[in-house]
Amino acid sequence: MAIPKVEELRFNTAHEANMFTGAIPRKDWMDTPAVFKEGNYAYPTKVEIQEYHKFPNAREWNPEDDDWLLPDGWEKIIMDGLKERLGKFRSLKVYMDICVRCGACADKCHFFLGTGDPKNMPVLRAELLRSVYRNEYSVGRKILGKMLGARPMTVGVLKEWFMYAYQCTECRRCSVFCPYGIDTAEITMMLRELLHLVGIGINWILEPAANSNRTGNHMGLQPHTFKDNIEYLVDDIKEITGIDVNPTFNRKGAEVLFITPSADVFAEPGIYTAMGYLLLFEHIGLDYTFSTYASEGGNFGLFTSNEMMKKLNAKQYAEAKRLGVKWILGGECGHMWRVIHQYMDTMNGPADFLQVPKSPITGTVFENAASTKMVHISEFTADLIKHGKLKLDPQRNAHRVPTFHDSCNPARAMGLIDEPRYILDAIVPKWYEMPENTIREKTYCCGSGTGLNTGEIMELRMRSGLPRANAVEHVYRKHGVNALANVCAIDRATLQPLMEYWMPPTGDNPMATTDVDVIGISEMVGNALVMDGEIENRDQGLRFEELVPREEG
Amino acid sequence: MKVLNPFIAVLVLIAAGGLLGMSQGTQFLVGIVLPCVAFLVFIVGFIRKVLDWSSSPVPFKIPTTCGQGRSLSFIKEDRFDCPTTKADVIVRMFLEVFLFRSLFRNTRAEVHDGPKIVYGSSIWLWLMGISFHYAFLTIVLRHMRLFTEPIPFFVPVIEYLDGFLQIGAPVLFASGLILVGAAAGLMARRLIMPQIRYISLPADYFPLLLIMAIGITGMLMRHFYRVDITQVKQLTMGFVSFSWNNPGGIHPIFFMHVMLVSALMTYFPFSKLMHMGGIFFSPTRNMANDTRAKRHINPWNDPNIKPHSYAAYEDEFREFMVGAGIPVDKELPPEPAATEEEEK
Repeated sequence: MAIPKVEELRFNTAHEANMFTGAIPRKDWMDTPAVFKEGNYAYPTKVEIQEYHKFPNAREWNPEDDDWLLPDGWEKIIMDGLKERLGKFRSLKVYMDICVRCGACADKCHFFLGTGDPKNMPVLRAELLRSVYRNEYSVGRKILGKMLGARPMTVGVLKEWFMYAYQCTECRRCSVFCPYGIDTAEITMMLRELLHLVGIGINWILEPAANSNRTGNHMGLQPHTFKDNIEYLVDDIKEITGIDVNPTFNRKGAEVLFITPSADVFAEPGIYTAMGYLLLFEHIGLDYTFSTYASEGGNFGLFTSNEMMKKLNAKQYAEAKRLGVKWILGGECGHMWRVIHQYMDTMNGPADFLQVPKSPITGTVFENAASTKMVHISEFTADLIKHGKLKLDPQRNAHRVPTFHDSCNPARAMGLIDEPRYILDAIVPKWYEMPENTIREKTYCCGSGTGLNTGEIMELRMRSGLPRANAVEHVYRKHGVNALANVCAIDRATLQPLMEYWMPPTGDNPMATTDVDVIGISEMVGNALVMDGEIENRDQGLRFEELVPREEG
Repeated sequence: MKVLNPFIAVLVLIAAGGLLGMSQGTQFLVGIVLPCVAFLVFIVGFIRKVLDWSSSPVPFKIPTTCGQGRSLSFIKEDRFDCPTTKADVIVRMFLEVFLFRSLFRNTRAEVHDGPKIVYGSSIWLWLMGISFHYAFLTIVLRHMRLFTEPIPFFVPVIEYLDGFLQIGAPVLFASGLILVGAAAGLMARRLIMPQIRYISLPADYFPLLLIMAIGITGMLMRHFYRVDITQVKQLTMGFVSFSWNNPGGIHPIFFMHVMLVSALMTYFPFSKLMHMGGIFFSPTRNMANDTRAKRHINPWNDPNIKPHSYAAYEDEFREFMVGAGIPVDKELPPEPAATEEEEK
């Protein structure tokens, strides 16, 4: 599907007739069916991937067809599935009952702001499920029916679920504003679980999930390739800094197991973040190892089902135990940290074979990770900076004027907000905040989280990323911001095309793809580190970019 | 139209209350039996709903963190928007329940040419919501005068404060005006704002109309029909003393009021009005952000879900691992492999 030119989308997002621009739909939402056409849905799961996961109803199917080849008795499967989940999740039960439809959430969703589709208002996204719940459980449903907002489970409803459960990135921004804290992520997770019961899912999530299971990482990198990729980075580091870094793999007896999203060792600009990690660990002489078996920090199970999340996450503790490390250090990632912070210990703990994390460099004990035994790289780095253990030259990042993008999950499911900012203060001469409604707990999703960063829905992604891009544009014009710093691998994979689209290059560099580079905090940490024995007058950054020459004196 | 049916329903309730309130015989039905039954339905229904919620476990600790969490000593934590301790959770819940903290954050997004998304303050929803709820609470507490003897000390205090305008005799209570005004505002919001109108159900209009009718009949009773309060109290004390005592001669508008209140009590436990209880059960608000420090237990955690094992992984990739110098648990078999397996 060809994506419209940016000028066209710039016009459309502000002027097309939709609910956000002020137009009023003619028909009630219950009478407006979901229509699938190329470009507005992510491709369904391949048959062999379905079979690999032993998911039911593996088949070739096309969302554009009328017949989705659902199994016999699918309605019962869904309703039984709903009943089971109401019994397992209090969140679901309470959120089915208490919404008053005040509408505070309506214009808080990036999908709504970008598409103006009323069913992307979080309240209506939840009503897609609530209407079916009411039809089954509400008192008076038999007599009042539609007056109560109840409707039976039909193929049309199922199609709506598929469309809108995959136009939500579980970012939880709506839940910040909801007076009862109703969390659409909970609703979307349940919808996706229910859809999997009848064989409806998307390949972009389930294939990476299969890869993570088999090869250890979602990219499907086999052990030798994973190692090779990191060794390329080692070579680049040597060329740029003259420093030999010596990462180890699957090494028993290391003090720390380091786990990061595999995109960090595979794709730009994530690889530069990985170079930052390598330099940092060399700088402080950390006794750590990578694992090729647990080579994925991210967890595509979070986007699938709680069972899949548990299964994929379980590798991290299993490997920590096998290698006999003391604790685990985690790289920059958004949803990975939701899993680690809110699910890991509950699902796969207790991690009683590990020790309460203690920085071997500063002696700081990470009490906040006393049970899970896993520390975020930003916490670890901020502590090193506080104790003056890093030799940093912020001038090396003088060519960057960053702003900081809070990732949804660290901000709203973890409360990791100021650590990266503390680091930024120490590694760049200056940086700027985006407007307050777009940062910290009110931050906007990149628009492509929860496994939606797939090419076939590019227009949708550019639309849902608009609120973020818009805020970046604001500081770009106001302060000349040229870098979008973050602590998330999905951000690095998705903000890059978002910036390339909304902020095309205006300078005269023919190689530039955008005016705003997407950059991991750890890349700038690595770039600012003054290493013992490095080449004199280093003049290249980790991307082989030219550094600003130091002023005389 | 979605408003019409609820509107008719409220009119029917008013008419029924008025009609039944006209004769001494049927007053018994609407003035005693109905409210008793409604009160019972309210209490039992409320408790049942709460027990129903409680019967589902909270498998995961999923607070929505709305500020900096507790981490390093030099990073300032935002205790109440991202609570780590039970005490801080209680403060967070207090702020939610009594001050509508989350709603206070409300903004309004608009898109302008460019596109440029701008955020405006939108405190109106919070203001109408909180005035509505406090007015309602004040009115409920004031009505305790009718069900207690002696009257508890706080009732006259509230009445004094509520009547601070000192208009009319009997003095006009601000709470009644605020209740009806705020409900009208919330109603207008639903009718006028396209987004809100689009999401509104009859179940959203009905309680607003019902509560407005309750407020209006109440005020009419006090200021226009001047219903004899001592007669009313004789009747209402009957609820508490379980002795039917209808002094007779109470104006039918009182029975309209009672009818509407009974309808509200009956409707309450089966409707969205249960947000009153539900807010206390919301896991994104009532849990501490301490999941890495303290293990949360999921009662249905399935121990049979295991990862793809390292042994199976090594079996599949051993050759490559050895070739790449990655340590393995089991060495390769001594004899060289006869054929090379192609990886897909």
